[in-house]
Amino acid sequence: MLTLDSGSGIWTPILWLFLFVLFSVIVLWLRGFGRSDYKKGTDQTMIFFSGNMEPLKDMVHIRSTNLYWGFTESLSVVFEKLRKAHTGRINDYVYWFVVVLALLFIIVILPGGGLQ
Amino acid sequence: MSDLFTTHLPALIIAIPLFAAFLTPLISRINGKGRNFVVIVALLMTFILTIKLAWHVYTDGTFLYAFGSSDASGFALHTPAGYVVPIRILFEIDAMSALMGIITSSLALLGAIYSWNFVEKYETQDKYYTLLLLMTVGMFGMVFTGDLFNMFVFLEVLSISGAALVAFRTEKGASIEAGLKYMIISSLGAMFMLFAVCLLYGQYDLLNLAALAKRMDYTLLDEIALVALIGAFAMKSGAAPMHMWVPDAYGEAPASISLMLVASTQASLYALFRVVFTLYGAHIDPTTIGWLFIIFGLLSIMVGVSMALMQDNLKRLIGYTAVAEIGYMMLAVGVAIASMGSGYSLMALKAGIFHILNDALDIGLLFLVAGVLFYRTGARNLAQLGGLARNMKYTTFFFMIGLAAVAGLPPTNGFASKLLIYESIYLFNPVLAIIAILASIFMLAIFVKVFHSAFLGPELPSLAKVKEAPPSMLIPMAILALVMIIIGLFPNLVYSTIVCEAAKALLDQGGYIAAMIGGA
Repeated sequence: MLTLDSGSGIWTPILWLFLFVLFSVIVLWLRGFGRSDYKKGTDQTMIFFSGNMEPLKDMVHIRSTNLYWGFTESLSVVFEKLRKAHTGRINDYVYWFVVVLALLFIIVILPGGGLQ
Repeated sequence: MSDLFTTHLPALIIAIPLFAAFLTPLISRINGKGRNFVVIVALLMTFILTIKLAWHVYTDGTFLYAFGSSDASGFALHTPAGYVVPIRILFEIDAMSALMGIITSSLALLGAIYSWNFVEKYETQDKYYTLLLLMTVGMFGMVFTGDLFNMFVFLEVLSISGAALVAFRTEKGASIEAGLKYMIISSLGAMFMLFAVCLLYGQYDLLNLAALAKRMDYTLLDEIALVALIGAFAMKSGAAPMHMWVPDAYGEAPASISLMLVASTQASLYALFRVVFTLYGAHIDPTTIGWLFIIFGLLSIMVGVSMALMQDNLKRLIGYTAVAEIGYMMLAVGVAIASMGSGYSLMALKAGIFHILNDALDIGLLFLVAGVLFYRTGARNLAQLGGLARNMKYTTFFFMIGLAAVAGLPPTNGFASKLLIYESIYLFNPVLAIIAILASIFMLAIFVKVFHSAFLGPELPSLAKVKEAPPSMLIPMAILALVMIIIGLFPNLVYSTIVCEAAKALLDQGGYIAAMIGGA
């Protein structure tokens, strides 16, 4: 019940969990060696921007539109083509269905195709 | 009495939500909360009966139920031409159907509980609950029936109720547009399914799946029927490149209905597998059909994750990842077909079926979380969210569980099924395994983006007063998360019992025929 046998190996989540907890305890123990003079609610908790005022919270948060910008920008050729293919028009949805059905007809009905 | 009750389990599972569907508008006129209560009780009863039926199937084998004449020579229609047609509809519930029944009943029940608060501000709740129950009936019918025409009828019930529910928020043009698109796509699929049914009925005078499988001569017309059925069900499952309706429908439907739509796409996937394995069985060409499934799977995975990465609308994003998840199932089953006869074929099939269950839980949970965010903040765009973990601790925890599971991180349930998928497809073709693993990494990146944008970061002034979800919305998410954790920690509990039996049942064409008409 505890072990999943995949044929090539095994997967025992409880063992994994035990190791995870063990390593977490070690990490927390190491963390205990850190400085203990940190005080919440003082200037220590303020973000340091070279002496400038801390921006508004709305300005600090990195929004979803900015995340992975570099990745999507560098692959923009691919992403733009995909985006353009998703027009949102029902005509195109039906078009893709017709194209797939036509290809299926050719592949399956050709001799040596779908049935034997 | 107990025997009589057990004998009529499939009829009760269909009848209770159907009866409740028509009772709902009447109770609604008396008391709104009473109506919600009746819907939940009806679906809870259905869930218990489904579990009982599944238990019966897993212990005693395939369950056969006849609506009408109990045997072929009984209550029959005698035509002037001399034909004797028994008037009956047969349900054949094997281990695979039972698994799908469990998924359907559990998601429907959780969807109804979640809806209590989620749709409370809408005046048309009576219609909402009626349609939700009809949708449940449609899914049960699709996965239980042993009759091809019957499957078409239930597909229509599912599609019509589904389309109305997608367009439920009639004050929004986008919802109505999504509902209309879903309706057109569903009608197109149903039309091609009906075309295939006509081709088969015209040749064999039969609609019963087992009888058709036994009598089929595998003619050119049967090949055309196969194409129409694969095309129709692949589109209804949301396989790329016919997936474009999925983000529209999932994105615009209420979150509880998105959860139901996950189950409905899986019912279509079930129908696809049933046609391939049971109706055509050993006569399909494993290389051609297997690679068709693999290509559908790869396209769905790649297009799904790529499009999800670009999304800022959370529900559309989850919709695209649902497409990718369907891809994983099709990839695994495709490998199972293409490598038929090899040692890892059965493992690939089991992995694909295991992932059906896990996907329903993972994607379902993520949709419910998205619904909570919309319910509390009114925002659908991730760019408008941030810092919600401070005020929504439970929701954040549930999202983290869903994130880990959908990305296939250990020790979640998603990891268990994806590990089996990776291993089996690696043995078939390592390149496929590499693509599948890379896509999972993308999936992790996508949901880390969601996690960061919605839950982490500083507390935004506009969202400072956001409260945690109400209990009726937290309970379904908690149940889903708990089941996912249990399956994750004890995967063999489900795998060696339910999943392996389902895979064996799907492969056993002779057994299916023998259970229905005797003698394969």
